[in-house]
Amino acid sequence: MADPWLPMLAEVIENQPEVPGVATLALRLVDDQQRQEYRFQWGQFNMLYLKGVGEIPISIMDCEGDHILHTIRAVGRVSNRMVELQSGDHMGLRGPFGNHWPLEGTEQRDLVFITAGLGCAPVLAAIRQAILQRQRFNRIVILQGVKHRHDLLWETQYQAWRDVPDCQVLLAASEEHAHIPHWSMGMVTVLLEQAEFDINHCTVMMCGPEPMLRASMQKLLEMGVDPQHCFLSLERNMQCGFGHCGHCQMGDQFLCRQGPIFPYSRIQRWLETRGI
Amino acid sequence: MTEKTRQLPLFLPRELFPELFACLQKNFDRVVGPIVHQHAVVYQELESLAQLPQGFRDTTEAGQYRLYTTGSFRLFDCVSSAQGIKPWLFLPEEPLWQLSTGVDASFESIPVDALSTAWVGARACDLAGLNLLDKHFLHNGCVDERYQKRREKLFVVAVNCHRSLATCFCASTADGPEVSAGFDLLLDELNQGFVLVAATDKARSAIAALELSPATAAQIAAADVGREQARKQQRVMPSPHKLAELQSANLSVEHWQEVAERCLTCGNCTAVCPSCFCFRATDDTPITGEQHQHGRQWDSCFSDSHSYIVGSQVHKTAEHKYRQWLLHKLSYWFGQYGRSGCSGCGRCISWCPAGIDLVAEANRLCSDAGGDAESVRGDNGGPYDG
Repeated sequence: MADPWLPMLAEVIENQPEVPGVATLALRLVDDQQRQEYRFQWGQFNMLYLKGVGEIPISIMDCEGDHILHTIRAVGRVSNRMVELQSGDHMGLRGPFGNHWPLEGTEQRDLVFITAGLGCAPVLAAIRQAILQRQRFNRIVILQGVKHRHDLLWETQYQAWRDVPDCQVLLAASEEHAHIPHWSMGMVTVLLEQAEFDINHCTVMMCGPEPMLRASMQKLLEMGVDPQHCFLSLERNMQCGFGHCGHCQMGDQFLCRQGPIFPYSRIQRWLETRGI
Repeated sequence: MTEKTRQLPLFLPRELFPELFACLQKNFDRVVGPIVHQHAVVYQELESLAQLPQGFRDTTEAGQYRLYTTGSFRLFDCVSSAQGIKPWLFLPEEPLWQLSTGVDASFESIPVDALSTAWVGARACDLAGLNLLDKHFLHNGCVDERYQKRREKLFVVAVNCHRSLATCFCASTADGPEVSAGFDLLLDELNQGFVLVAATDKARSAIAALELSPATAAQIAAADVGREQARKQQRVMPSPHKLAELQSANLSVEHWQEVAERCLTCGNCTAVCPSCFCFRATDDTPITGEQHQHGRQWDSCFSDSHSYIVGSQVHKTAEHKYRQWLLHKLSYWFGQYGRSGCSGCGRCISWCPAGIDLVAEANRLCSDAGGDAESVRGDNGGPYDG
């Protein structure tokens, strides 16, 4: 059995700066066999290692050909250095780990994606996949909230999704004070009032800070959405990726192995208590 | 021969114990056993029998552990030890892989060279702790190869406890005081020698040369009396189903503040716990910068970095941390592995510098949560009854 601890060597093909402090790295596995065998599903994550600095979990934004894309925000010792990598630099990659968004079993339902801040990155591939297989689903509703308009990643991508049939794209900025076309003022939850979807036949997929997840869930429950069909991607400290190191525990769940995506009913009581 | 007759208790006269020790030394790379080091019983590789804590006894209470001498010729009168088997299989610190630098940079796994080890003196709670670690490192969907290699080469010489300390509660967790599983050889120490059970082929072949006779009915009865005495001296935890339900109890923050005011969040309890499995990743780069090493090191849910994410901590305060430790150990474990994560060894109680008593806290919390907590028997006469 392969050692699950051992990273694969990956080369940085491109560093695409997104907004200040956020960059998307396109990585390519150096070994031919590893590159051919690598498969991911939407919502999973990799452990990325930077030589002599450390290893962090980063969600997989998407894969394009043999490029593995990771959108990284510079927030700590390791990520600060990672966003500075240039093409030709090398790093370590282990993965993919975790479960994925439930695109199967959601045929002919409305798909509702609710994200905030960098929470859009782990969802992006799932949205792209849903649009690629457009006929499998009913409406697609995409809600994204940021603090300022200039914090929004991939504005042109959101613009393009607006042109997809039966696809509603709503954006919110909580700290903008002037009206911007197509934008609402406030948190992402205000968008739920404008979102058009069938509350009885929808699957909700959400990712973002925990207060935003809690507020969105509260709103969805008030609207009458069945919590069984609400899926949340959660974040915790993760240092192994396969449920051994113990850091990612939330109640009796190991987020890295049993998650990071959970139906609300399974993690509700943990999510509602601070400090669990 | 049927399995029952093969496990017929034998008798090892005291004067033959050195020969058993010699058999172990011959059959295994090393023999590990209890010794007295810095006024505490710790496990160490044994050079000779003389290192065993002959004539010592231990006494514990919340925040206290002491050894005293009895002048007895018994070898295994010390019930507890500073650590169980955990550090020998799940090392406090170990490297995982290294990365060389230069044009042909590559990641290389650092292999484990496990020694065959005869572990002498394991108690019921030690083996229960091992069973808990097995569930986590071997049976949770991903095998920890380093743990597994050491585990497979472990030969267990267990000892039944004939006395319990004021911090012992393994009967409440259904793990003791009798050793019932997970051993190769099992000893009950009597004055004249040892009632011995060989449970595995490896054990039978290790002792074959000793040509032991079956234990007499009187010897077996004496061992039974010893174990029964240990059982009577035990403290009482709330029942497993009450502990399992504790996570759902509507306990307000005040219930945790009460204990958090005393907790120093030092992590001693997690360090001595035989089932605490958390570890952190470490990265070492030598000053020459030529080779990077990635490893792991025991972590504790009481450390600030344990729950760190993007500039914040999930478990910020002492009450968050203590709640995580206690609920994980006594309650979340049921959801994770189908039983409590506690083997009743009581180390977290005796090694807590603030003297926080897990049994008392669990009883208080279950009582606050509305369940009828069992009464705590208290110090039950202490170790001197033994």
